[in-house]
Amino acid sequence: MFKILQKTVSTGIVTVNYPAEPAKISERFRGRPSFDFDKWKDARPAAEVCPTGAISLSDTGDSRKVIVDYGLCVFCGLCAEASSDQAVRITQEFELATSDRRNLVLTAEYTLNADHTHGGLRRVDRQLVNAETDVESLGQKARETIQKILGRSLAIREVDAGSCNGCELEIVALNNPVHDIERFGIQFVASPRHADMLLVTGPVTRNMELALLKTYRAMAEPKVVVAVGACGISGGIFGENYASLGSVDKVLPVDVYIPGCPPRPQALLHGILLAVGRLAERLHNDRAG
Amino acid sequence: MMTQAMSAMFEALRQKFDQKVQSVRADREDEIYLLLGDPDIRPITEYLRGEFGARLVTVFAEDRRATEGVFFNYYVLEQKGSAQYLIVRAPVRADSLEFPSLSAELPSVNWQEREIQDWFGLKAVGHPNPRRVALHDNWPDVYPLRKDFPIETVLPPFKGERHIYRPAFGEGVLQVPVGPVHAGIIEPGHFNFAVAGEPILYLQLRMFYTHKGTEKLFEKLPIHKAVFLAESISGDSSFSHGTAFCQAIERAASIEVPLRGLVVRTILLELERICNHVADIGAIATDVGFVIANAHASRLKETMVTLNEQLTGSRLLRGMVCVGGVRRGWDAAQLDALRTAVESFAREFQDLISLIDRSESTRDRLEQTGVLRPDKARDLGIVGVGGRASGVDLDVRRDHPYAAYSRYSFRVPVYQAGDVWHRMQVRVDEVNESIGILRKAMADGLQREFRVPVPAIPSDRCALSAVEGWRGEIIHWIRTGPDNRLQRCKIKDPSLNNWPAVVEAVQGNIIADFPVINKSFNLSYSGTDR
Repeated sequence: MFKILQKTVSTGIVTVNYPAEPAKISERFRGRPSFDFDKWKDARPAAEVCPTGAISLSDTGDSRKVIVDYGLCVFCGLCAEASSDQAVRITQEFELATSDRRNLVLTAEYTLNADHTHGGLRRVDRQLVNAETDVESLGQKARETIQKILGRSLAIREVDAGSCNGCELEIVALNNPVHDIERFGIQFVASPRHADMLLVTGPVTRNMELALLKTYRAMAEPKVVVAVGACGISGGIFGENYASLGSVDKVLPVDVYIPGCPPRPQALLHGILLAVGRLAERLHNDRAG
Repeated sequence: MMTQAMSAMFEALRQKFDQKVQSVRADREDEIYLLLGDPDIRPITEYLRGEFGARLVTVFAEDRRATEGVFFNYYVLEQKGSAQYLIVRAPVRADSLEFPSLSAELPSVNWQEREIQDWFGLKAVGHPNPRRVALHDNWPDVYPLRKDFPIETVLPPFKGERHIYRPAFGEGVLQVPVGPVHAGIIEPGHFNFAVAGEPILYLQLRMFYTHKGTEKLFEKLPIHKAVFLAESISGDSSFSHGTAFCQAIERAASIEVPLRGLVVRTILLELERICNHVADIGAIATDVGFVIANAHASRLKETMVTLNEQLTGSRLLRGMVCVGGVRRGWDAAQLDALRTAVESFAREFQDLISLIDRSESTRDRLEQTGVLRPDKARDLGIVGVGGRASGVDLDVRRDHPYAAYSRYSFRVPVYQAGDVWHRMQVRVDEVNESIGILRKAMADGLQREFRVPVPAIPSDRCALSAVEGWRGEIIHWIRTGPDNRLQRCKIKDPSLNNWPAVVEAVQGNIIADFPVINKSFNLSYSGTDR
């Protein structure tokens, strides 16, 4: 017993203070690839190497439409390596969660040169990636919501609807002493009947579709659904096939999407806090209605 | 070329089965193919097992109707003391679609033969329990790994019968269904316990809930993209499966990875082992109520995944391995971080283990809990941690050296007791051995090159690749195709062998101990289901 106490005291507090303080992450971490559309001379090499088709293009006549979908991205960094023009850069950004799937998609249109490189940028549709960047206040707000409305606790039920287990490892890490999600009054519960939030990893397999639906139906209203990782958002590298339905939103209404392969614990926390806001809205509407 | 042991075996085979064996071909010096004229492998496996103590590593099928007019079953065998794999190719006629089952004598291939039934529509004649396993009972009759089945096929809503579990009768006997959605943050699978009071009489498993067409998908993706699919076979073994896959391609295309690439792979394979073992040690402690040990263990794991990120840009070591080596070298700062992290981990790990060792109540709960007897482990073909705790002395790193393992000496811990405590002990010993391997590998003077350029991959080459993942023996077998793609990719995660061990080990234990017994094996559902 004494040894246990001694070890605890000598270890001290290891919990990080994210999001009140910025996350301390390695400079090697591969976060969101950013695209300098003005500078980008050729999207073909990046599209060619992208393992999940997160970068795709379609040429019609002398114009090219390039679509970048962060919902498919597995953050491998091949696009930056393949693009010799330095227009694709790997950043450290990981707070990519959003309540609108469309926010994860960028579209650019180019005129083409004779050699199929980009002539000029005709139009770029920069959606609201990072629309919800004010994480610090997000954390504060979530804490208040949980305190006031949810009686100091938010209960999450996690369902693996077909994942490789990578996302689960990071979700489990949220419970370790370093990330310690319970400091927000958030806890993972064993039954969907106790849960306010359903955290789902994908891709949803044919064999898990029914179990996922039943779990969702077992939850009391109001409830929110969060789709985790490239596979949960879009099917990821597995996509849709005879055994995989693909994205979670094919089966359930999804409130928040958290990109990553897998999303790091801070990215998960960011998405969960975002979803708390959605839950608060829904509670409010329920009461008003 | 051939090692002594194996050549004696071939000589004997040639003499005894002259009529049966059509040809012998050495694709590589450690990978020998034997072609049979008919599908009946039973006399050969019986003879090799009896006379030479050969072990059947895995069984899988391939649809070769378009080129050779038949299906083939492949039986991979190994013999103690030889680094060679013997791969017997047995044709299965496209009109009869039948092959003789080995499961009655060799329960280790029970699921693997049924997987061939479900995915290829070949019938394992004489199988003691030929029911569906890899496709659930409610699926229509489709054979997704046949070449004429397009991966994009959209199947209509399933209307078939649901799986009927075997009933258990008797006074006070209850059946407790658990899953596929479990109480914790873990993967899905169904457990059906028959209990008499608290003790478990009989456990039935239903897996393949996360079947997502992985092997079929390997036939569609270009090889450089398929590396990422390999990393997603089982998330906690991303680097091991990624390496097994890249090694298979390298073997098929005769690509020689530079030494530095091999050493970096070795280091990362050992880091993956350490991360998972320390997490499991903590989880086992949690499951018997010693949560403070888990707090330290999960903190230690976090420091190691932070190191992973510094070394590879990914906490799960993803996006690092590639065909031809590794994608990035390390600078002085990274090597420094590696050394510091490993040394500080080594110290802290000893603290953690002494906390657990001192806890009598923990030891009391773990000893003689979930016993898997050595004879059972051998019969069921259990590999990896679960095998070594029950006397099965196998380790691919030692038996079929790959990466840079032949450069470093290490001990393979083997115990006979087969309980949860010893499965934890195997992990403790292996972490210590891994630290030893890391210290040697970090000190290895390395040249600059960590990767070689990859030529176009020649078509129609076969290759077997094996890696000792932290869970155990991982096998990838490939046949290359045109256009930088594969015609077939067989994945065998150690979990596929090991689920029957859980069934065996829980018998007679109380249902409340199921979580800790299950955790002490910690098998991958996704690796099993693919």
